[in-house]
Amino acid sequence: MDLTFIDWLIMLLYFAFVLGIGFALKRFMRTSKDFFQAGRSLPAWICGLAFISANLGAQEVIGMGASGAKYGIATSHFYWIGAIPAMIFVGVFMMPFYYGSKARSVPEFLRLRFDEKTRAYNACSFAVMTVFSSGISMYAMARLIQTLHVFDSIFLKFNLPLGWIFHFAIIISAVIVLGYIFLGGLTSAIYNEVLQFFLIVAGFLPLVWVGLKNVGGWSGLKAALPPAYAHSWRGMTSAQTNPLGVEWFGLAMGLGFVLSFGYWCTDFLVIQTAMASDSEESARRVPLIAAVPKMFFPFLVILPGLIAIATPTMTQHAMLQSAPTLNAPATPAPANDLSDPTKYGKGLIPAKVNPVTGQVMTDEKGKPLLDYDLAIPNMLLHYFPTGILGLGLTALLASFMSGMAGNVTAFNTVWTYDLYQSYIHKNASDSHYLKMGRWATVGGILLSMATAYAATSFNNIMDTLQLVFSFVNAPLFATFLLGMFWKRTTGHAAFIGLVSGTVAAVIHHGLTLPADAHPGIHGGWIAVTHSYPSEMAQNFWTAIWAFSTNFILTVIISLMTKPRPENELVGLVYSLTPKPVEHHMAWYARPKVIAVGLLALVVTLNLIFR
Amino acid sequence: MNLDLRIPMGLMFLIVGVIMSLFGFFTRGSVIYERSVGMNINLIWGLIMFAFGLMMFLLGRASDKRAAAEPIEGTNRPLGGRGHGIGH
Repeated sequence: MDLTFIDWLIMLLYFAFVLGIGFALKRFMRTSKDFFQAGRSLPAWICGLAFISANLGAQEVIGMGASGAKYGIATSHFYWIGAIPAMIFVGVFMMPFYYGSKARSVPEFLRLRFDEKTRAYNACSFAVMTVFSSGISMYAMARLIQTLHVFDSIFLKFNLPLGWIFHFAIIISAVIVLGYIFLGGLTSAIYNEVLQFFLIVAGFLPLVWVGLKNVGGWSGLKAALPPAYAHSWRGMTSAQTNPLGVEWFGLAMGLGFVLSFGYWCTDFLVIQTAMASDSEESARRVPLIAAVPKMFFPFLVILPGLIAIATPTMTQHAMLQSAPTLNAPATPAPANDLSDPTKYGKGLIPAKVNPVTGQVMTDEKGKPLLDYDLAIPNMLLHYFPTGILGLGLTALLASFMSGMAGNVTAFNTVWTYDLYQSYIHKNASDSHYLKMGRWATVGGILLSMATAYAATSFNNIMDTLQLVFSFVNAPLFATFLLGMFWKRTTGHAAFIGLVSGTVAAVIHHGLTLPADAHPGIHGGWIAVTHSYPSEMAQNFWTAIWAFSTNFILTVIISLMTKPRPENELVGLVYSLTPKPVEHHMAWYARPKVIAVGLLALVVTLNLIFR
Repeated sequence: MNLDLRIPMGLMFLIVGVIMSLFGFFTRGSVIYERSVGMNINLIWGLIMFAFGLMMFLLGRASDKRAAAEPIEGTNRPLGGRGHGIGH
């Protein structure tokens, strides 16, 4: 990649501002509440944009672009079904309990509503997951920097070995994220997430614009793609007739209900931004504000994937290599040979190359695999001249960092409040916990780095971790749903339900297998009793099983155990809490009115792209 | 919190916008714009970013001036604006 002075200038400016915001906020960090909860004083629009930006990590931008190139507009189901309804639900119904209960974190809410063991279980699993997720983000970013040869010219100039680029990328991202969180806590993380949000829009909007112009607008794009790519609902009645390999029930229940509500309504990573807002009214508005840009994000991150497929020429773009070699003699490859990756690409998507042999990787039927993850990076390289290329790359790096930062602030809060203060060192002074929070940030970053390096030596570690997260997360929503809306739910029931839900997910995974996969990491490691048409279908059904097991067991055990007295549950359960007052707000500012408007908008989008 | 985000954010977009549009202005008609389908994307997008940054900066400054007002009851938000000034 040929970056010039102007690209570096833009990138450096961004990093200077990111750290500058941290320094400017340092003097406001007087209490642990300032550090962990942003003093509960931020306006709703800032928290709202941070709410989606926290989720806008590596998997979002790179993964959704990849998915767009692979499946087409159907990927938007992850937004329109897999996020918007859950965001509306958490804003209208659940936020009053999170914000109003004065809990400082989601695990703390579980202690207030249920008991200590449920909190401890959730806090431990959550803390571990955040550290690993942040490490995965870091690893992905370092790999991408290596693949795109971003720093190669600088390293060559200073005569440094190119093999150090990976370490350099890890360290630089760790130092920057650590710097601004250590200084300014959650406020700094949220401010930077908002900055990153605008930067991502600023970097990707011109990409879509130029790309669409090149392929002849929306109609030209549609003409250049297989017909199924431009429709999100075509063939959804059966798993065999749509690209995702999922039937509508699995999609609606698994993705639209269990997984999406489990994430957006219970994950402290996103909830923490809403809990940092300045009033309960604002907190309820946060997810609703976030839903608006979320709804239109498919056009920013999925569309580039489609354009990448439709772009006619395949010139020299980034391809995964084991180690970047400079001035390697170009050996002409013989025809019909898997060692020439350029022949198997599609649009801007290159074929996947085995880093060891340099051969194109193929699936079981001998068809070459495509490296969809390079859809967005190659789009940037193809369409952006120097200048705006610096902006696009900065936006890409920003997306990785915002994903990392959200995890780190969620980790330091849960560690300090829910683990350290609750089980290790009670009754210390507030300044002690503030100091602990700062050092927990350092610890969290160090653990993330360890994860990133572990990922380099164990090939499957990322898939394995994501699998484990899905087992732990899948049953969560049943516990919160029953806890908030059924006053009879007891602590013992919640705990046993949660654990059994995870066990059910593990067993379901062990007993089923997606089509075309071997027993092992993809499932079927106990026995294969059922085969799913795709891995996605298997994921969705694992979640459905985990949720149902948790739901049913929690109800049964609740009925057998003694409930808590009703006066202890005021502010924690829907039927026992006074409804939030809304009549002083203008009719259009009321959460329920906004919710109906958002739903209408999302239905319209689905109808347009059906 | 006493730092209105719109001020540093506006400044950043403003500066990046100026850099990009100046660069775009001096590279008019250059072959580098073959990539972006002939559009001088640096100039066009630089100006858009500049305008956005300026708007954010001015909005942040405006609410900065109102920051001396009393907070609305029940929130930490000053009357008549959502933002806060630097260092008050």
